Amino acid sequence: MILRLTHVSTFIGQFHILQDISLEVPAGEVTVILGRNGAGKTTTLRSIMGLAPATGGTISFMGESLNGLPPYAAARRGIGYVPEDQAVFAVLTVEENLRLAMLRRDRAGNERLRFVLDIFPDLAQKLKQKGGSLSGGQKQMLAIGRALVHDSRLLLIDEPSKGLAPIMVEKLAGALRQIKDHTTVVLVEQNFNLASAVGERYVIIDDGHTVQQGLMSDLQADQNLQRRYLGIAAAREGGKVV
Amino acid sequence: MDVFVNLTLSGLSTGMMIFLVASGLSLIFGLMGVLNFAHGSLFMWGAYAGVWVFARTHSFTLALLAGMAAGAMVGWVMERLTIRRIYGNVVAQILITTGVMLVLNELLSATFGPNIIATTVPPLLAGSWAFGNIVVVKYRVFTIVVGFLVALAVHFMLSRTRVGIIVRAGVENQEMVQVLGINIRQVFSLVFVFGSALAALGGVMMAPAIGAVNSGMGIENQMLAFIVVVIGGMGSFLGSALGSVIVGLAGAYTAWFFPEASLAVNVVLMALVLLLKPNGLFGMGGE
Repeated sequence: MILRLTHVSTFIGQFHILQDISLEVPAGEVTVILGRNGAGKTTTLRSIMGLAPATGGTISFMGESLNGLPPYAAARRGIGYVPEDQAVFAVLTVEENLRLAMLRRDRAGNERLRFVLDIFPDLAQKLKQKGGSLSGGQKQMLAIGRALVHDSRLLLIDEPSKGLAPIMVEKLAGALRQIKDHTTVVLVEQNFNLASAVGERYVIIDDGHTVQQGLMSDLQADQNLQRRYLGIAAAREGGKVV
Repeated sequence: MDVFVNLTLSGLSTGMMIFLVASGLSLIFGLMGVLNFAHGSLFMWGAYAGVWVFARTHSFTLALLAGMAAGAMVGWVMERLTIRRIYGNVVAQILITTGVMLVLNELLSATFGPNIIATTVPPLLAGSWAFGNIVVVKYRVFTIVVGFLVALAVHFMLSRTRVGIIVRAGVENQEMVQVLGINIRQVFSLVFVFGSALAALGGVMMAPAIGAVNSGMGIENQMLAFIVVVIGGMGSFLGSALGSVIVGLAGAYTAWFFPEASLAVNVVLMALVLLLKPNGLFGMGGE
């Protein structure tokens, strides 16, 4: 397992958001964290990164504890994080956004940059454009591309499809399929169609607790579980798998 | 025409002098948003250190280096002990940096005494050139050159180097910079120390121009520095440079053509700019 959370507990202010999160992420796969709004999905990712430090339990990455590490130290160990709000640096150009993530300007870094521009050709045409002037979908691509340039062995992506047009979601799904050949991905996603199209494993979180985890194919077949924790059965009947 | 050229040269030189004081504040306040009311004290520590070293060595180069080193050292201690804990907390910044200003000023008075200490322009930079009725003071030309070089160097650093990109990104979103593996607090500490050294450089340069250092020079020049940073626009280093030149030229022309208004011209300029462009001439968002 590349990432293991054991009985993780996290407070944000006085609120006990994560109460008992345990999950395992195998290397080389896409694990999707699912759950209702407010279940604790985003806080789980933020706790792994050290942005919302865990107050209890253990978080280990490649066998080493991440507990107590500041976010930059977690990132230096090879964890990339893409937040849900398409956080690109508006005052920097696309190229500067990408270069910022390259800790070393070596051959491997340049190869990763080329890979990013291959899977997101829209960005290649806008290298000199300011990040703030991109469309929502392009910003999302830039945010993901930046985490990839960083040489992440584990990529945490929070709701990449949020607010995107269906055509952009399809492009994103294509990119995620290419990315998962290079790095392990933990994806928080409300769009079950996207989640099931790219995910190999799932973890369901509800009210700050891990309630179920396993293979995505099992979840796709278990409509009772989908209805109980995800409330998506009705929507899925008319949905299109991307 | 001669009067116009003389006034313009004088205004440019004063503007660049103001810019040297304001350049550090432009980084610390304009870019990082730290409301540092001890900036004038850092400027004064530079001035006193420069005068002290120049009096003993007669080397203005050593005076410049010593002044900047003193500013950097005081800035580093100040950042470690106070500023580091109050990034993002404006009320605490006002209270604590005001306290630091009092401590730093008193330390200077205790060390050098409360009286004015006279100094001179270095021999190489003393005197003037005359072209007909146009008189060009050598030290004024030197300040214009130094101010211009500082503006270029810092602009290059902010816009072309990795450190500059990190600073601009960190000002926009510290959290996102951290998750890229960058210790932004460390970078901000370095920028604070660099800004402090620039403030001290302004002090060393100012001392020969006014012929003395005194314990009130910090607060006077700090006010000017805040005015030009606001006129230029928060977050814009080149805006501060342009704001300094505008204030310098306006001061020179007003003093000649409308002397009654010369005391009020800086504040009137700031009010005008804020009325027309509330974010300053170049607004938010860096270079």
